[in-house]
Amino acid sequence: MIAPAILEVGVLVIGIFLLIYESFAEDREKSFVAGMGIAGLAVVFIASFFASNTPMVTGHATGWLQFYTADAFALFFKRFALLTTIIVLIISLEYRDVVRRYIFGAHSEAGIGEFYTIPVFTCAGLMWMASAVDFVMIFVSLELVTISFYILVAYMRRSANSLEAGVKYLVLGALSTGFFVYGVTWIFGLTGTTNLAQAALAMRGLGTAQGPLLFGFMLILMGLGFKVAAVPFQFWVPDVYQGAPTPITAFLSVGSKAAGFIVLIRVVETFLSVPALHDKVVAILSAVAAMTLIYGNLAAMPQNNLKRLLAYSSIAHAGYLLIAIASLDAARSAAAIAFYLAGYLAMTLLSFLIIVVVANATGSDDISNFNGLGKRSPGLAFAMLTAMLSLAGVPLTIGFFGKFFVFAAAIEQGHYALAVIGVVTVGAGFYYYLKVVRAMYWLDPSGDTAIPVAPVTRFTIIALCAMIFFFGVYPAPILQTLTVAPASDVNLAAASR
Amino acid sequence: MTLILLILVPILAAAAILLGAPVRRTANGAAWLNLLLTLGAVSGYHTSQGGFQEQFRFAVLPEWHLQFFLGVDGLSLVMLLLTAIVTVAALWVAPEVRGNERAYFASLLFISAGAMGAFASLDLFFFYAFHELALIPTFLLIGIWGTGDRQSAAWKITVYLAIGSFILLLGLLGLYLSFPVGQRTFDITVLQQQAQLINPGSRNAIYLALLIGFGILISLFPFHTWAPSAYASAPTPAAMLHAGVLKKFGLYGLLRVALPLLPGPAQHYAGLLLLLLVGNIIYCGLATIGQKRLDLMLGYSSVMHMGYIFLGIVSLNVIGATGAALLMFAHGLSIAALFAVAGQVRERTGTLTFTELGGLARPMPVLGFAFGLAAFASIGLPGFANFPSEVMVFFGAFHNGTANPYSHYQIAVALALWGLVISAVYMLRGYRAVFQGEIQERWAKLEDITTLRWPLVLLLAMLLLAGFFPQLFVNLIKPVVAQFLR
Repeated sequence: MIAPAILEVGVLVIGIFLLIYESFAEDREKSFVAGMGIAGLAVVFIASFFASNTPMVTGHATGWLQFYTADAFALFFKRFALLTTIIVLIISLEYRDVVRRYIFGAHSEAGIGEFYTIPVFTCAGLMWMASAVDFVMIFVSLELVTISFYILVAYMRRSANSLEAGVKYLVLGALSTGFFVYGVTWIFGLTGTTNLAQAALAMRGLGTAQGPLLFGFMLILMGLGFKVAAVPFQFWVPDVYQGAPTPITAFLSVGSKAAGFIVLIRVVETFLSVPALHDKVVAILSAVAAMTLIYGNLAAMPQNNLKRLLAYSSIAHAGYLLIAIASLDAARSAAAIAFYLAGYLAMTLLSFLIIVVVANATGSDDISNFNGLGKRSPGLAFAMLTAMLSLAGVPLTIGFFGKFFVFAAAIEQGHYALAVIGVVTVGAGFYYYLKVVRAMYWLDPSGDTAIPVAPVTRFTIIALCAMIFFFGVYPAPILQTLTVAPASDVNLAAASR
Repeated sequence: MTLILLILVPILAAAAILLGAPVRRTANGAAWLNLLLTLGAVSGYHTSQGGFQEQFRFAVLPEWHLQFFLGVDGLSLVMLLLTAIVTVAALWVAPEVRGNERAYFASLLFISAGAMGAFASLDLFFFYAFHELALIPTFLLIGIWGTGDRQSAAWKITVYLAIGSFILLLGLLGLYLSFPVGQRTFDITVLQQQAQLINPGSRNAIYLALLIGFGILISLFPFHTWAPSAYASAPTPAAMLHAGVLKKFGLYGLLRVALPLLPGPAQHYAGLLLLLLVGNIIYCGLATIGQKRLDLMLGYSSVMHMGYIFLGIVSLNVIGATGAALLMFAHGLSIAALFAVAGQVRERTGTLTFTELGGLARPMPVLGFAFGLAAFASIGLPGFANFPSEVMVFFGAFHNGTANPYSHYQIAVALALWGLVISAVYMLRGYRAVFQGEIQERWAKLEDITTLRWPLVLLLAMLLLAGFFPQLFVNLIKPVVAQFLR
């Protein structure tokens, strides 16, 4: 068995190695860097299945264990981060020419190597976030992720859109980090600890003094709401998603959101375990979920740019996940979130990959560029159809099972209003996702030639489609990896409630 | 095994077509194979033994008690037979396709597979999921190959049905969760044995969710507005499959899930349902009379006839529910035949507006004759399957009210009987406007149908068979219905 922390260290080593290699291999083909990155991360991914799954943290852990857990959830999200990064690197390979166009440089490979290397560091941050059970640890890993994203979002220096996105992400990201830290200081000031489990115990000892605790919780929720794109902290999402390089948009949309949710699960469980706060926390979360669902789904309907559409869709999906967060008392709710995110990974990365391929051939990522894709490249169109159907939530795709689990958790917890809002907004979702299908199949193509697809990309597309259909019919394998309850320390606390 | 094949054959045929197999031969072959398999399943069913036979299980989510579980009883066999027959006819009459012929036939086969899967499933989850499988092919078929205002029709049907089916999903999830922890399962057979365990407090809410969810899918008044425009715009085979088969899913669901598991609320909300179904029969019936195009008229008429089936279901007794199930079969065949004829007319003339047509029976006697027979069946003339089933529905519903005369049941039946008159009015008017009267010069040289008469013969022969020997089907349906109704 491997100690779980070795995985993160391994990823960091890969990142540093790539950075050094890249700086000494100035004129070489930089795709090799991405290839090595993918291979290295794949090795770590495989190694993660041999990592010891130890839900060891108790409320009175000391030393390193105060900060770090390696329960089934942490491992799941580590694998999630690795897989996301691998696919993002594959998308980046397709995106190479666009990056080149917007970067100064003496030779044809300038600036490409770092574009393939920085995501590896982001991945390490995401993996740490999955294990963090202490506010300090959460903050540090969050910053590692966010700072590397500041660089990546603004990476295409000569593209005004990318720079605009970078500035917006930087300013609002810094602001939300500020809120998060401020909230943590309130909790720390009241409880005297930054460890989640100990904070839960201390908060229960505080009795009825809930005003300051709730204030702290709200501030932390603002910080995390920014990460997961929850309303009303979503204003950055459309512009940043549209302006950032497409692979980075995909990374933000999947990796950053998933990391935000694992932290949110742990933090919310901590607060829910305090009886005096329980109902108010649920009410706040329900309100945020309802707003996110309505805003995300309605605002997505008129969009004509596919990246922007997916930005709003990402807000909408955050809404469905927040339903499950508000229903965290239900036994299977945390697993529902993890499963939903796994589905979200497959369908979102698949759509971004196809966007990059199609935009390379047609010049932009408006929905109109997909017109007639069904005639032009039936295979690509079918893959995009798969992604859209899964995002919309058609049964026998992975996206449907995600919604199914989420709605089950909501009904189990008696959140009928949320379930009904969720259902009505699903109807809106059908509209805007099928807009893409309409463009591909109803309308006439702008060109006749089939769009070329590189072998690696083709393989990835097929693998993601297979994942969507396979787990859409047989979801048990994913759920089995989650059978150990998450955040066991908090569960212990909850048991003694 | 037969049941698995029933679902797999169309899906594999669709995949083969998309990958390059000869289109029509594969599609028709799959449809005929499925019809033979269904006939085999019908003849292999042991009526004396009863219950669910040909069971096939595969655990999908053991901790949720969710499994891929197939099985048939008399009721589902009748629905499978309907699906198989209409699929054969629909694929047969499919006209020359402009554009991507492969996608067209693959979509049709997917609709058929979805219907087969839904009717053969004994697990609530897959029962639901298979029906939804048909949603996207319908969207594509109407959007790409439809006529008239196809785009808005396609959006309307898709968004409407998506919301309807997710409401249904809430109902089904509520049903699952209303069982005590440990007893929860999606297995319909187990659920039926444990119906008394459902939390009494949530029964009414669950039934309402199911009623609205299924109701939207069935085009229950006032959720019916998607249906006429969608059927008018849809390509002929899609309209046949959707109006003939897929729409029956909701009714089948009411009979299979809602009534057996929630008899109390079914009684409780009978008045509401009676009110709505009279809306279907009278309001939509009058709207049908007002139509000026044959395709819209048929679309409205299919909405209207749902009212009778609801009446049979809400009667809550064996004779009425049996009639409802038989009427599902009969209506599926007759509306498919009507849409097939309308499709042929549109194919030849390019229009279905009444004022532009007339006298078409002169150049096309066979087509006119077929339309006449299908129209008679639809009105409910003796000899066709619709007649015995409507008689059973009316008797059953009226009987429910005998305990207290002039009850809402009897008033509803009295109003619904006027529906027969309304049907006769619009069908005969439609027949006259299209096939009789003065013929315009430009239609005089139209060619009559030749080989395409055979799918119509198939549909009409089944209607006559079930009309003259309804007992064949009643023997299959009645034991199922009798199990959960007095």
